[in-house]
Amino acid sequence: MSGYPEYMQVSLEKVKATRPARLEKAKAGREVVKRMSLAEREEVLSGFHPDYQPDARKPIRIGHNKGEEMTSRVVDLLESYPSINPGDFDLSEPDFDTDVLIIGAGGGGCMAAIQVANAGLNSVLATKLRVGDSNSMMSQGGMQAAVNPHDNPAIHYLDAIGGGHFDNKPELVEALTMDGPMIAGYLEELGVMWDKDSEGICNTESGGGTSRRRMLSCRDYTGAEIQRVLRDEVKNHPDKITIVEYSPAVELLLDEAGEAAGALLYNMETEEYTVVRARSVIMSTGGFGRLHIKGFATTNHYGATADGLVMAYHAGAKLLYMDSVQFHPTGAVYPEQILGFLITEKVRGLGGQPVNKEGELFVFPLEPRDVEAASFIRESTKRGMGVKTPAGRVGVWLDSPLIDLLSGPGTIQTTLPAMVRQFKRFGIDITQEPMLVYPTLHYQNGGIEINTDTRTTLAGLFAAGEVSGGVHGRNRLMGNSVLDYNVFGRRAGKAAAERAKALAGREAKLSLDHVRAFRKELEDTGIPETSHAPILIPEYRNPEVLKKHRKNYDPFIGQFL
Amino acid sequence: MDEKEVEVKAPEPEAQAGPAYPDDKPKENLIPVFIYGKRFFVPESFTIITAMEYVGFQFKKAIGCREGFCGACATIYRLEGDYKLRTGLACQTVVEPNMYLVQIPFTPAVKAVYDISKLKPELASIQRYYPEVFRCVACNSCTKACPQEIEVMDYIQEIKRGNLAKAADLSFDCIMCGLCAVRCPAEMVQYNIALLARRLTGRYLLPRSAHLAERLAEQKEGRYEKEIEKLKGLSREELTKRYTERDLDFKVF
Repeated sequence: MSGYPEYMQVSLEKVKATRPARLEKAKAGREVVKRMSLAEREEVLSGFHPDYQPDARKPIRIGHNKGEEMTSRVVDLLESYPSINPGDFDLSEPDFDTDVLIIGAGGGGCMAAIQVANAGLNSVLATKLRVGDSNSMMSQGGMQAAVNPHDNPAIHYLDAIGGGHFDNKPELVEALTMDGPMIAGYLEELGVMWDKDSEGICNTESGGGTSRRRMLSCRDYTGAEIQRVLRDEVKNHPDKITIVEYSPAVELLLDEAGEAAGALLYNMETEEYTVVRARSVIMSTGGFGRLHIKGFATTNHYGATADGLVMAYHAGAKLLYMDSVQFHPTGAVYPEQILGFLITEKVRGLGGQPVNKEGELFVFPLEPRDVEAASFIRESTKRGMGVKTPAGRVGVWLDSPLIDLLSGPGTIQTTLPAMVRQFKRFGIDITQEPMLVYPTLHYQNGGIEINTDTRTTLAGLFAAGEVSGGVHGRNRLMGNSVLDYNVFGRRAGKAAAERAKALAGREAKLSLDHVRAFRKELEDTGIPETSHAPILIPEYRNPEVLKKHRKNYDPFIGQFL
Repeated sequence: MDEKEVEVKAPEPEAQAGPAYPDDKPKENLIPVFIYGKRFFVPESFTIITAMEYVGFQFKKAIGCREGFCGACATIYRLEGDYKLRTGLACQTVVEPNMYLVQIPFTPAVKAVYDISKLKPELASIQRYYPEVFRCVACNSCTKACPQEIEVMDYIQEIKRGNLAKAADLSFDCIMCGLCAVRCPAEMVQYNIALLARRLTGRYLLPRSAHLAERLAEQKEGRYEKEIEKLKGLSREELTKRYTERDLDFKVF
């Protein structure tokens, strides 16, 4: 029985009808459809990628990146007023005194905390929700690492920098690709179960824009497997790592020299602010998917609100490539309940093909993500070859049943159990029927500029993972973010520990003067105080309910705020 | 909506089934659900998470990825007239009429502290940290509770037999939501036990890749450093050329 509405059946029949011919081509191993030239890529990107639309970017008027064009929504957030009044806080008696403060406990933060503990130092690991609740947990398809003989780090380097449109910082790509095999081994030592054959040879699959099979995987729970192991390891160091959950940082704290020396945490439940003093600070708060840039649905975790970016900018760290947003080509667009749900690129890596409502394969399935996404948008909009959903959305088919036809029955179930499970919950069997997909907001390509030690332009502040910028240029390839947070999370932990050791015994005098200065700059620039940042969680409450709230009055304490 | 108008409106037949809630406003295509015991009317196609947001809840816990991967939104519920206690992830479960639900944002659970490098991949390691594994009465409540449809009881049995690799395989899709542990009459924390079994398997029992060892040895000797140094020195034009002309090789290893 079909999991799709009656009116979609005509199109589904067409997909079925063209499948044998498409299968034939795929089996022959030829390019199922010609790859685009760089000129063709440029054409589809400039015409259809959301980043290239006229209102996508605008120059920022304040801060260290003043005058630079950034994604409009990001500019609005960075030009928002600080959410706290510096005068309200006594910073002279910190609630926590530690060697390293790590803000954000996703993959990068956990990896860093483990390194700090291994160096014999203490850390506070503060996080908005629970340890491990992050985009890292959600990555499905895999991690790139050049571990097999047909491949090597130099080939990986070329793929990554080409995919990033040659804007990547070369030394960061070098660190990423050269550390790859070491990280694969390191994670194995911690107990990560890579997919392997009986000889121990790691399975490798293709990803968009890769010239070799390079994707290591743990079924399609790659991120979950790595993250739950890292989280477990973090919890194996209770003497060294102090975990502070449900307590996002809201501003960094600087010392007399203007170097990062701690942060102000906000306990979302008790509404209490606490002061953490540290000798190094690592920012690992992840990205900005929950800002829903240009109204796109997102694959991102609930907490991905760009808070780390805002705090770092307030404190004076420089950002890089904040004009570039990654839209994942294959987000679910039907059923409505899982709108934006990430459908791993591994589906295409295994041979799944994007086809339009006529059942035609309209683009090479594994172009770099931005090109693939722009092609889907072109097919769905200008060409009118998409399939409409009952909710009025549009998408193209991702023909998954091909995978079993290519690699044998049962392949989908064993290699993509999460995908099968997700769609089964809503009555769709992806081993028999395709999925309906449309690009979804996926990744913050840019971020806080770092060097190979993850040092930012603000002394004392390190950054790792999605919150950082430069590793991926203006477009990240599949599997390079999982590698990124491992490589740079590890480097951040080591570098931050080194700095903390060198500063042992120093007790900084903490200050929020930079927040005062930021506010003044906003006022001097004539920017009105209409919004505040960082924002901690997205607003999804029904506007009809919010209309009935009484603003500025707290009935529990009987006071106007 | 005008408040007066609501007050004079007669209750819908459905609304008469439970106690009277004067603030309830039955509307078309909305169904009653009981969130922490209080009735609300929500759109029928919504998930528990989106339904709760629809009526005005703002989540600060018991929420995470919203895609079924993180296990933060474990929920237990009953349907009216049915004795069965059901479980699900709030982000993946569509509301049903007269569903009585409560979220379980946290499972009181023991997490043993160990040094994985000092353990052996054998039953004794698990027994040392989680001796309660032998309290299992094979009631299968854990399996029935699992929103991932994992054969939880089966992997516990495999662990008891010392088949850690088999347990690792069976438990692999676990998202650690804690519902198995909540339902277990033997008071085990299955998901932490399985995690230890998987870590022991990944580190000690799966065969190691000879290719990875060779690659690491190569790199130790500085292989690829020169090549990457050369790539780093190329102009944008030269690099673009190298990239466009690079060979594509999709051999399987």
